[in-house]
Amino acid sequence: MKFRSVFDIIGPVMIGPSSSHTAGAARIGRVARHLFQKEPEWAMIHYYGSFAKTHQGHGTDVAIVGGLLGYETYDDRIPSALAVAEEKQVEIKFIEEEAQTDDPNTVKIRLGYGEDEMELVGVSVGGGKVEIKELNGFALRLSGNHPAILVVHNDRYGAIASVSTALANEEINIGHMEVSRKEKGEQALMVIEVDQNVGDDVLEQLQQLDTVEKVTKIHD
Amino acid sequence: MFRNVAELVEKAEKEQKLISDVMISQEMAWSELSYSEIYERMESQLDVMEQAVKRGIEENVTSVSGLTGGDAKKLHSHIQSGSSLSGGLMLDAVSKAMATNEVNAAMGTICATPTAGSAGVVPGTLFAVKERLEPTREQMVRYLFTSGAFGFVVANNSSISGAAGGCQAEVGSATGMAAAAIVEMAGGTPKQSAEAMAMALKNMLGLVCDPVAGLVEVPCVKRNAMGASNALVAADMALAGIESRIPCDEVIDAMYRIGETMPSALKETAEGGLAATPTGRKLQAEVLKTSSPSP
Repeated sequence: MKFRSVFDIIGPVMIGPSSSHTAGAARIGRVARHLFQKEPEWAMIHYYGSFAKTHQGHGTDVAIVGGLLGYETYDDRIPSALAVAEEKQVEIKFIEEEAQTDDPNTVKIRLGYGEDEMELVGVSVGGGKVEIKELNGFALRLSGNHPAILVVHNDRYGAIASVSTALANEEINIGHMEVSRKEKGEQALMVIEVDQNVGDDVLEQLQQLDTVEKVTKIHD
Repeated sequence: MFRNVAELVEKAEKEQKLISDVMISQEMAWSELSYSEIYERMESQLDVMEQAVKRGIEENVTSVSGLTGGDAKKLHSHIQSGSSLSGGLMLDAVSKAMATNEVNAAMGTICATPTAGSAGVVPGTLFAVKERLEPTREQMVRYLFTSGAFGFVVANNSSISGAAGGCQAEVGSATGMAAAAIVEMAGGTPKQSAEAMAMALKNMLGLVCDPVAGLVEVPCVKRNAMGASNALVAADMALAGIESRIPCDEVIDAMYRIGETMPSALKETAEGGLAATPTGRKLQAEVLKTSSPSP
């Protein structure tokens, strides 16, 4: 089931005017910020579907940028997010795409800082709820509602077992898990939604594993 | 976990509980939070709703585009003048629903129920019915859990997104949720809540999402007014013992199928319906001229 909590229905508390185009957009921006782990120097925001047609009037621009600055859906700094970004010299570009997508409210966010780049595709599914569909070309499904660990690893035997064993040793329960790869034997991505926030020591342990390249986390 | 309205009602009847109890138990089960943690979080949502209603009634809020604002206050004065036709409680709910949506359009703080565009119906009816039934604060918090339970079923089996299902999925869902919650607060049975939800939603089927300039303003604010009044009527019908010939779950399914076959021009793209009228187009041109890239 897509919706699990009563607070997905009675909530979120948010700055108006649209749960899907404002609150959802802010949440996608915030997940991107978490995954990028720093404030970007530039951001390219590609809008699809209803986002492309109505982003201006819904405050989608300020909401996504607010999310990239780390704001929550109820942060009253959202309306001035573009001005804050300009002040911080974060270069922002909005692009309205014509292409059809499966979901009506889809956004692709590209972020950069020096050599570092990241690309994320997010969908606002209604009522402020979001799903992350793609990260750096990997297909995934991430709600951003639960703490999660993202592990970039080598696509070979034992990789998944070593990560899950490390989590088990720390008594961390896995609520939902997905593995995706672009090609056999190449880089792959594990998305692990867990029940509680995970400490940096655990991430450090995962990072030390032979098959693991990079570990990031999203917290509540 | 209940998957549909039939299971929700059955669970409440079998355990001799209120719908709100079933929702609270389920939330506790999956989130592993305590009763008081969940209760307090919902109470804080209630506080946000109360603030938004108050602001919309007392202040002259105006949206960034200038298309909406001040109508809740007008209606409130009309009620107080004693010359209203449709009655105190009904119009009180309508004005409080509009107040919430006007605050939302002005980029104020609201609680989405189930969405921002439909955020007026549940609090509007709640704070109006409150004047008549004089509930405790706990009963008011329960009202939100009951609304949430029905919204939960709609969200998982159909849609609460205007872009996916049209306005019937937003204001329609909110209206059904409110109708069900009014029934519980008024002392009706879980089954009567389901009947109220079914009748309220039936009257919203087919409603398209056609916002002028794509803004959550015209006609959204006034559709919340209609949703609030419809919710009260459906609740009274259910409390009178009237039943829906089509069961609630089948109404929800019909809403889903109607949403699927609705053309995309009528699903929050601002390409059809009221958005595409000559006046709608004219307003769109004016708004986009004045409000482009803010601030």
